[in-house]
Amino acid sequence: MIKLVDLKKDFDGKEVTKGVNLEIKEGTVTCIIGRSGEGKSVLLKQIIGLMEPSSGQVLVNGKNTIGLSEKERNILFEHFGYVFQFAALLDSLNVFENIGIKLLENGRSPKEVLPIVKEKLQMVQLAEDTLYKYPSELSGGMRKRVGLARTLITKPKVILYDEPTTGLDPITSRVIQELMYNMQQRFNLTSIIITHDVNMFQYADRIALLHDGKIQHNCEAKTVWDSKDPYIHQFIRGLSEGPIQTEIPHAKDKF
Amino acid sequence: MILRIVDFVGRKTLGICRSLGSFGLFLFTTVTTLFTTKLKVNKLFAQMERIGVSSLSVVVLTGVSTGMALALQTYFGFKRVGGEQFIGAIVALGMVRELGPVLTGLMVTGRAGSAITAEIGTMRITEQIDALKTLRINTYQYLAVPRILAGTIILPFLALFTMICGIAGGYVVCVHVLGLSPDDYITSIKMYAEMEDITGGLIKSCVFGLIITWVGTYKGYRTRGGARGVGKATTSSVVTASIMILIANYFLTKFLENL
Repeated sequence: MIKLVDLKKDFDGKEVTKGVNLEIKEGTVTCIIGRSGEGKSVLLKQIIGLMEPSSGQVLVNGKNTIGLSEKERNILFEHFGYVFQFAALLDSLNVFENIGIKLLENGRSPKEVLPIVKEKLQMVQLAEDTLYKYPSELSGGMRKRVGLARTLITKPKVILYDEPTTGLDPITSRVIQELMYNMQQRFNLTSIIITHDVNMFQYADRIALLHDGKIQHNCEAKTVWDSKDPYIHQFIRGLSEGPIQTEIPHAKDKF
Repeated sequence: MILRIVDFVGRKTLGICRSLGSFGLFLFTTVTTLFTTKLKVNKLFAQMERIGVSSLSVVVLTGVSTGMALALQTYFGFKRVGGEQFIGAIVALGMVRELGPVLTGLMVTGRAGSAITAEIGTMRITEQIDALKTLRINTYQYLAVPRILAGTIILPFLALFTMICGIAGGYVVCVHVLGLSPDDYITSIKMYAEMEDITGGLIKSCVFGLIITWVGTYKGYRTRGGARGVGKATTSSVVTASIMILIANYFLTKFLENL
């Protein structure tokens, strides 16, 4: 369904992704893991067209999305959703307006939109009394749920999650993971999840490790803990020894 | 050494050309969006309220104080040659043709232009604009069109307030402070101020409104790099818009005079 072919991106000559190749099949959950600053979010933004790659291809159902016009892109990505790391809720709008913004902007009346928003709010297990609250009045977990509800309103077939559980306590993280899993099962979604949370692996089909600007390892999620690949072995166990270098070489020798 | 200088000049020139191109393209896309998509009237009115009503007190204060000072200065100068009866005309022409539009433009730049940049800049760095894009919402239609159109429409009204307040301030100084005849003040205005002076001032204000909101929206839209980036973008927005207003004022004065 989605295929990344030799995807490269540089910022002012500094290469972030150096040729990413990855295939994501329809109806699957793929976790992309990797150290901070490896370009995981950049990769996700290139998939949905928020950033243009320096070179390479992003194929969606066989069609290259690079260089498409705004109109063509809107059609192609109509059923793509994106859940941002910090939810990216519009802080001047309340929860109702945030979730229903797409429909309201398309000319639907608030009266028409309200029951749809309420339904999505229920799906993400938020009480109706949050409807008229502003993002500043919500906790981190609630914001992420509102972000997810806003995505669901577009009836997505593909959802891209950028670190959906980062910054949340273990219980809220679990609730969010289960919510994502439920949505996945209910709507047969294709999900791409950027995460550092190894607990997420139990809901995934495939795990891809991004390191040094490339996918170093791509395996089935159920075999990830048995993997002999030195990169994945080191990363998921959080070991300082291994092929993935820490930022300060031999830092531990100094202390 | 020479190659390095050529390289530096070349890079700078390309950078300036790129910025100007992007700046022009931003307005072009906004105008195209205005004519090809449905105008969000409620958003337009909300922006007119934010730019216009919220700037009213500043504009009134600017108009009154400028009109009063101008009347006083004119009196000190003109009393030497016995031309006190022309103070009304000087204040009115000064406020209507130059000071009203320019001062309103500069005050609104500081009051509303900076707010537009800070708001959109914050939306940019907190990924709110990206969120709109992923929802396939036209960000030009949502953010740029209502602000730029609102600024262009509302600034002439604000300038009109400045003009009226300036003339009224001058009247108060002439009649109640300097003890001059109210008839002289009003008669000289009627004699020397013409409708073309007012329309010229209002046309200038329209252009200044466009400049303020265009620069404000563009700088916000292009904000990079966290809270510091928002601060830099806001400062840059105020400085750029102010300079553009002063430059545009000269050329508009010349253009309107030749009409």
